[in-house]
Amino acid sequence: MKYFRKTVVGMSAMVCMGVAGTTMAESDFDKLSISPKTMADALHLVMDSDRAIYTKKIVNRLVKKDKVIKASEHFEDDKALVLPAQMFRFGAELVAKRAAKLDDVDFTYSLQSLWPINKQNAPVTETEKKGLKFVAENKGKNFYATEILGGKKYFTGIYADTAVAPVCASCHNDHKDTPKRDFKIGDVMGGVVIRIPLGS
Amino acid sequence: MNKTSKKQRYALIGVWIVFSIGLTAWLSDSMFNAQDKTVFLPGPLTSGHHQIGVACDACHIDSMASDEMMQKACIDCHGEDRKKPFDSHPVNKFTDPRNADKLEKINATRCVTCHTEHQPDMTGENGLTQPADFCIHCHEGVGEERPSHKEMEFNTCNSAGCHNFHNNRALYTDFLVKHVDEPKVLPKRTLPQREFASLLDEVVEYPRQQYPVKQLAEADIDAPVDNNFSQQIHDDWLQTAHAKSGVNCTACHQANSAEEEKLAWRDKPTQEVCTQCHRNEVKRFKKGKHGMRLAVDLPPMKVIDAQLPMKEAAAHDALTCISCHGAHRFDVQEAAVTACLDCHDDKHSLAYQQSPHSVLWDKELKGEAAPGSGVSCASCHMPRISFDVSEWSTRIMVDHNQSATLSPNEKMIRPACIHCHGLEFTLDSLADKKLIEENFKGQPSLHIQSVELAKEDLIRAEQERGDRN
Repeated sequence: MKYFRKTVVGMSAMVCMGVAGTTMAESDFDKLSISPKTMADALHLVMDSDRAIYTKKIVNRLVKKDKVIKASEHFEDDKALVLPAQMFRFGAELVAKRAAKLDDVDFTYSLQSLWPINKQNAPVTETEKKGLKFVAENKGKNFYATEILGGKKYFTGIYADTAVAPVCASCHNDHKDTPKRDFKIGDVMGGVVIRIPLGS
Repeated sequence: MNKTSKKQRYALIGVWIVFSIGLTAWLSDSMFNAQDKTVFLPGPLTSGHHQIGVACDACHIDSMASDEMMQKACIDCHGEDRKKPFDSHPVNKFTDPRNADKLEKINATRCVTCHTEHQPDMTGENGLTQPADFCIHCHEGVGEERPSHKEMEFNTCNSAGCHNFHNNRALYTDFLVKHVDEPKVLPKRTLPQREFASLLDEVVEYPRQQYPVKQLAEADIDAPVDNNFSQQIHDDWLQTAHAKSGVNCTACHQANSAEEEKLAWRDKPTQEVCTQCHRNEVKRFKKGKHGMRLAVDLPPMKVIDAQLPMKEAAAHDALTCISCHGAHRFDVQEAAVTACLDCHDDKHSLAYQQSPHSVLWDKELKGEAAPGSGVSCASCHMPRISFDVSEWSTRIMVDHNQSATLSPNEKMIRPACIHCHGLEFTLDSLADKKLIEENFKGQPSLHIQSVELAKEDLIRAEQERGDRN
């Protein structure tokens, strides 16, 4: 009985502490803040890691090593794997769609290049042009700036997009619409542009 | 002022007041209660929406609807066709802030930017209300990227056989390259065959507990004994896939309610009964011009409502599943040609029976040619396509949205034409309006350059690859 009483008291205390802890943390969540730069860096880390894994462990392994399937831009028609860049873009489109439905989540990202296969992915804004040039010429460094687009102020982070596997360079070099055919593994092929709005 | 004229004035004022009150009451009733709100139409609707003109709420939701709500109304009906086939210009492409300046020129996130309704004077082909050179807003530099396009005018982008804003699946360069140098008629030509019967086990909605899949005979009929059906109905049913698959009389005439209770016997069940097993077919039917009134809870379309020339004798026929399939017979061959020609009276339809497609169809019906070698009206206008019947399964299904392969007609290329014809010949034929009117009896008199341009582009890329090595 004594053991039972002790157990009940202990469990109640733990529940109370847990509830108190949760309540405290929740009330502080809105007060805490992280800088747009930290947030953009964190987002990029996730994007870059996911894509590196997809490129190496799925596309490169199945296409180049195991030779069991193709990866194709026209993946539905060719019954093939989605290209890593397409997977990234589809993710960006889905994020845009889902973020539009959330009140407190707002950011966009895109994959661009100074040597784009699809010319719609060439840099458009001055910041994009400057940033993509910067990350291509300064390996390992990111580019940060603010810019005003459509009357709204944005924090913009630009990160180098590097050929992480031989398949990245070979696919781009062979594509009929590429303006550059001499990429090598480790080369900067473009950049990821992340934008976070800075209030009104 | 004398007494009489004063009286007349009061009488006139009285009439005016009564008339105004009456008019206000009638307009208010039309606005808030009546189903038919055509009195408020600011202008005629396009051929895509004219049948649902009385149901303003289908698009406007209510008199206070926001732009977002109206955009949602567009997507609720057209969204499926924007997702699959793959939309080459989805909204998500334009919401990135980097495109803010382009959106100021043309707001591509809203359907009504390019497809404004009630504006017949400025509406072009395919319901387009933008100037034909609208592509220039985003593709101004295309001449530099593709030298072959340098001399082309922007009002030619959307010409037959070149580009299609939403559905580019039969026109993208690599697809054109795949079909270079094909003959006019392919050596092997067969249309896909339906899979419904062979995949019956996968049709989750089929009420197999009550109606096990088995061949039924005359003795199995489960209609009430006092039901006075004719021998013809009886014989027709015995010939159908329904009788062969265990679908007895009560499956349609005494269908289950939503609560899974048997309803009372109905002599004339509606299309909702068909959805028990043919959910996707009915869903697609309601997306097309034949069935779209049903989708917005209006009575079925009548033949007389059509804008195309129709047969007078059919003017008052309503369009439901049985209009083409016929109750009890459900003869899919009859539904594929005869049913169409019973109503349609335009030049293209009237020319069908003299067309080479019709010759092939007759041969198939007579058993002189292989199944799938004949070309009926439905082969092109309701093609058998690989359709995602659920999130996890696909089957070859007749697409009952007969509008899906038109406007523009390049949408017909992949589901229909290229099963039998080379792509270049197909593009030329679909661009030739006179040939279409003659139901493809003859040869195209136009030539579309798309395949040649794609071939040139391929040669250029190969040279560049060679130069690199």
